[in-house]
Amino acid sequence: MNSAFALRSALLSAAIVGLAACGKKEEPAKVEAPAPAVQAPAPVADDLQPKVEEMMLASFKANGIASLDRQKQDAVQKACSSPTQPDAETMKRLEAAEMATIQWPSDGNYTGGDWKEGQKIAASGRGLTWTDKTPDNNGGGCYNCHAMDPNEVSEGTIGVSLEGYAKLRGTSEEVIKYTWGKLWNAKAYNACSDMPRNGYGGILTEAQIRHVMAYLFDPQSPVNQ
Amino acid sequence: MRKQLIAAAIGAGVALASPAVFAQQDLNFDEYRAMLEDGNPAELYEMEGEELWKTARGPKNATLEQCDLGLGPGVVQGAAAQLPRYFADADKVQDLETRLMYCMEKQQGIDPAEIVNGKFLQGERRQMAALVAYVVGQSKGEKIAVDLSHPKMKEMYALGEQAFYYRTGAMDFACSSCHSQDGKRIRATQLPNITKPEGAAAGWGSWPAYRVSNSQFWTMQHRLWDCFRQQRTAEPIFASDVTIALSVFMAGKGNGAEAQWPGVKR
Ligand code: HEC
Ligand code: HEC
Repeated sequence: MNSAFALRSALLSAAIVGLAACGKKEEPAKVEAPAPAVQAPAPVADDLQPKVEEMMLASFKANGIASLDRQKQDAVQKACSSPTQPDAETMKRLEAAEMATIQWPSDGNYTGGDWKEGQKIAASGRGLTWTDKTPDNNGGGCYNCHAMDPNEVSEGTIGVSLEGYAKLRGTSEEVIKYTWGKLWNAKAYNACSDMPRNGYGGILTEAQIRHVMAYLFDPQSPVNQ
Repeated sequence: MRKQLIAAAIGAGVALASPAVFAQQDLNFDEYRAMLEDGNPAELYEMEGEELWKTARGPKNATLEQCDLGLGPGVVQGAAAQLPRYFADADKVQDLETRLMYCMEKQQGIDPAEIVNGKFLQGERRQMAALVAYVVGQSKGEKIAVDLSHPKMKEMYALGEQAFYYRTGAMDFACSSCHSQDGKRIRATQLPNITKPEGAAAGWGSWPAYRVSNSQFWTMQHRLWDCFRQQRTAEPIFASDVTIALSVFMAGKGNGAEAQWPGVKR
C-alpha cells in the first residue's frame, strides 16, 4: 500500500518534471545509453533473437495504412517483449525518454473538451487496422480495457477501473497533468504498460485527448455520477 | 437437417448482431453454447469437407485420399490432434492448413499461391476451410498430442514463444497484451491466458470454429489473422512462419488437454 502510494507520488513528480522539461527536449539526450543496454531475460537462446526479428518482418506484408514499418520495434517495444520486464534502471531510462515526447496543451487547456465527444472516443475501438482507410479519426478503445461509466456493463478488465475518476482522485493540477501525460504516452509512467501511447503513437489527436479528459473530469460526465 | 441448422445459425447471427443484445448474450455465452451443442453449424462444413476430400479435383484430377497428415497416407482419424508436426517429405513444420495446401499441390496440382494470395471465405481458401472442418471433426474429444522432440519443432516453439511476447505496431501490442493474465476481458469477451497450459489448450483447442455473430466458419489461420489485425500489425501472410510458430507454441503448451473441435464461438 505504502509503496504503491510512494510510486504514485514519484510518478506525479515525474509528470511535473516532464512538464518543466517540455520544449527543451534535452532530457533524453542526457540519458546515456549504457552499452550492455537491454538484456532480454528471455528463456530462449540469444541467437534466436535475430531469427525472431527476421520472422516478424518476413511473415508479414503491407496492407493499406498498415505498412511493414509496423513490424520494427522501437526501444520500449523491444525492451518489453518478454514475460519479465527490464531492471528498474532500464525502466527509468526508458520512461524518461518517453516522458520527453509528451506534448502538453499549448494553451494550458487540459479538460475543456466536450465529454460527450470523449464518450464516443472512449467507446470506439476503431482505427489503424489494415481495413481502416485513414489514420485519422480513430477511437481510443478505452472501454476495451477500462470500466468508466458505471452504467456501462460491457467493459474490459485489462486496465484499472476509471469509474468515478475525478470524484475519487480530485481535480488537482497534479492529477490533471498526470492524466494528460498518461493519455498522451502511457509508457512515460510505466515503460512496459499494456496501454497504447495515444498521443505519441498518433492514435488520438490533441483535441480528441482533451475530449477524453473532459469525459474523465467533467462533473456532468457519467464517469463521475 | 441442413436447412434447419442454417436457419438456426442465421437466427442466432441476427439476434447477436444488435450491439445491445450482443453484450448481454456474450456474457451468457456458455448457456448459449450449450444450446447449440446438439447442432453446431460447423457440421455442415464437416460434411462438405468430407465430400471434398473424396472428390477428384485440380489439374491432376485426384482426390486427397492419399494425403498423409502425419499418421500415414489417408489416415484422418486423430491426425489433427497431433498437428502441427515436422514432416520429413516437406522438410518443414506444418500446421493442418499448410499440410492440406501441400497435399493439394502434390496430389491435385493446385497452386499454393492461389491459397496464399487468396482471401478467407473465398475460392480455394474456402474449400480448405471445409477440409479443415472435416479433419478436425475426426479428432473430436482427442487430447492435443503434439510431438515437440524434433529440433525444428523445438525451434518453432521457441520462435512462437518469442513472437507471442513481441510488441510491435501502432498500439505496442503483443499477443501477451491480451492473453497473459487470468480472467481478463476485452469489453465483454473473455480472453484465455495462453501463457498457461489450460488457457493455451482452450485457445488452441476450440478453433477452427463456427462464429455465430457472422455465421462464418473460421480456421486457426483466420483466427490468428484477425488477432494480428486487432494488434495493428501489418498483415500476416497465410501459412507464414509466424503463424506456424505461434501454433506450435499454443498447441505445445496445451498438450494433454482435450480439444473441442470444431468450436462454436460468438
Ligand atoms: C489495451 C489496454 C488499454 C487501453 C486500450 C487503454 N488503457 Fe488505460 N491503462 C491500461 C492499463 C493496463 C493501465 C494500468 C497499468 C499501467 O499503465 O501502468 C492503464 C492506466 C490508465 C490510467 C491511469 C490510472 C491510474 O490509476 O493511475 C488512466 C487515466 C487510463 N489508463 C486511461 C485510459 C483512457 C482514457 C484510455 C482510452 C483513450 C485508455 N486508458 C486505454 C490499459 C489500457
Ligand atoms: C488487442 C487484443 C488482442 C491481441 C493483441 C491478440 N488477441 Fe487473440 N483474441 C482477442 C479477442 C478479443 C479474442 C476473442 C475473439 C472472439 O471471441 O471473437 C481473441 C481470441 C484468441 C484466440 C481464441 C481463443 C478462444 O478461446 O476462442 C486465440 C487462440 C488467440 N486470440 C490468440 C492470439 C495470438 C496468438 C495473438 C498474437 C498474434 C493474439 N491473440 C493477439 C484479442 C486479442
